[in-house]
Amino acid sequence: MQIPAAFEYARADSIDHALQLLAEHGPESRVIAGGHSLLPMMKLRLANPEWLIDINDLTDLEHITEDGDWLRVGALTRHVTLLESDIVAGHFPIVRDAEKTIADPLVRNRGTIGGSLCQADPAEDLSTVCHVLRAELVIRGPNGDRTVPMKELHRGPYETTVEPNEILTEIRWPIRARSSSAYTKVERRVGDWATAASGASVTMGSGGQIEDVTIGLTAVGLDGSTATRAQDAVRGQQPSEELYAEAGRLAAEDCNPVEDQRGTEAYKRHLADELTRRVLRKAVERLMSTAEAGS
Amino acid sequence: MQITMTVNGDAVTREGEPRVLLVHFLRDVLGLTGTHWGCDTSNCGLCTVLMDGVPVKSCTVLAVMASGHDIRTVEGMASGGTLDPVQQGFMEEHGLQCGFCTPGMMLTARALLDKDPHPTDEVIREAISGQICRCTGYATIVRSIQWAAAHPAGSSQVETPAAEPETAEPETAEVSA
Repeated sequence: MQIPAAFEYARADSIDHALQLLAEHGPESRVIAGGHSLLPMMKLRLANPEWLIDINDLTDLEHITEDGDWLRVGALTRHVTLLESDIVAGHFPIVRDAEKTIADPLVRNRGTIGGSLCQADPAEDLSTVCHVLRAELVIRGPNGDRTVPMKELHRGPYETTVEPNEILTEIRWPIRARSSSAYTKVERRVGDWATAASGASVTMGSGGQIEDVTIGLTAVGLDGSTATRAQDAVRGQQPSEELYAEAGRLAAEDCNPVEDQRGTEAYKRHLADELTRRVLRKAVERLMSTAEAGS
Repeated sequence: MQITMTVNGDAVTREGEPRVLLVHFLRDVLGLTGTHWGCDTSNCGLCTVLMDGVPVKSCTVLAVMASGHDIRTVEGMASGGTLDPVQQGFMEEHGLQCGFCTPGMMLTARALLDKDPHPTDEVIREAISGQICRCTGYATIVRSIQWAAAHPAGSSQVETPAAEPETAEPETAEVSA
């Protein structure tokens, strides 16, 4: 029987109230939203907060808003909402691709994007998505809001730049013209963490060349936020199978997977290669079909 | 601390520690043992209940977090002695053998049909993909949910299942009663 150690509980009724509770109870207090990462860790006594600050009533943090060149997503937005959002899928099909594979439908009913990012698990899918989409994160603390780029959010596994007296409030994805994206993941079964996954976003130039690209990998120990050599190889080139193969080869070389019960190092490198080819191909296909539908 | 919620339409208030999980609150405090308790790690889905109409794994929700919310368990599916069409479907199509996963499966099915009254088999399989059945291989569960989709008002036939001579395994109906 897994039961968390004893703790105190408070429910915040506003963001300011949550910040006040965090300030009051100090660094041994934790924000809880969906709870599907924190509660399992508390049951295993890997996390032992003295206070839980429940932010589930903060509906201000649960929104998807188009705002000029940005899509703003509240940190409390549930996985199921992101999965089902046509606005999100229209701008960033990578999000729906990833959400389909995150945990299972019941977990997605509770889990939130903010919780996923703040858990900072190296095998977490939305972190890769946010790297690929060059997300910015809005973090609120006692002195107001600050914005950090995704590549600065994680200090390392399970560690973020969100301070104990701060709350991640919003994720912002830049909306780019002539762009599409894709994500694909190999998992052993529904609900498992990725054996490996890859995501890419592609922007086309007027001459049909790939003007800009980002490629991210999940669960294979990629050093840095994106596969930079693979990106450099693709940028400025005409899309082709040979180009995808070269990007896959470089991504596989540059990642650093560790053998575990999900597969050998060689197998994971193979996946990094193959999945990178697939997401590039898919993102370009999506762009072509959008362009055809629009012409 | 004080925990107040609506369970199957009834307002309940109890004292409880913040660390009490919803599954234990339902089973041990309220005595509603129809909600089963399995893996404890939000993998198996046995403990599924509806929270404000949405299926959740009650081993990964604190009872205090459910305070102020509307909870529905398998005990709240039948009304006035009439089974929910989903429950009837599980009888008609033999959607259970041991019955351990059944309450959670039926609640997820209820929530699905409330949202999508005529789901495809694929949609049903996706909806129940967070829940594990080790008896049926899922085929009969999918058929049971399809039966409920085809009989949204239920069927008077199933009130007397023993009267149907074609029923291959009438003992299955007794297990679910």
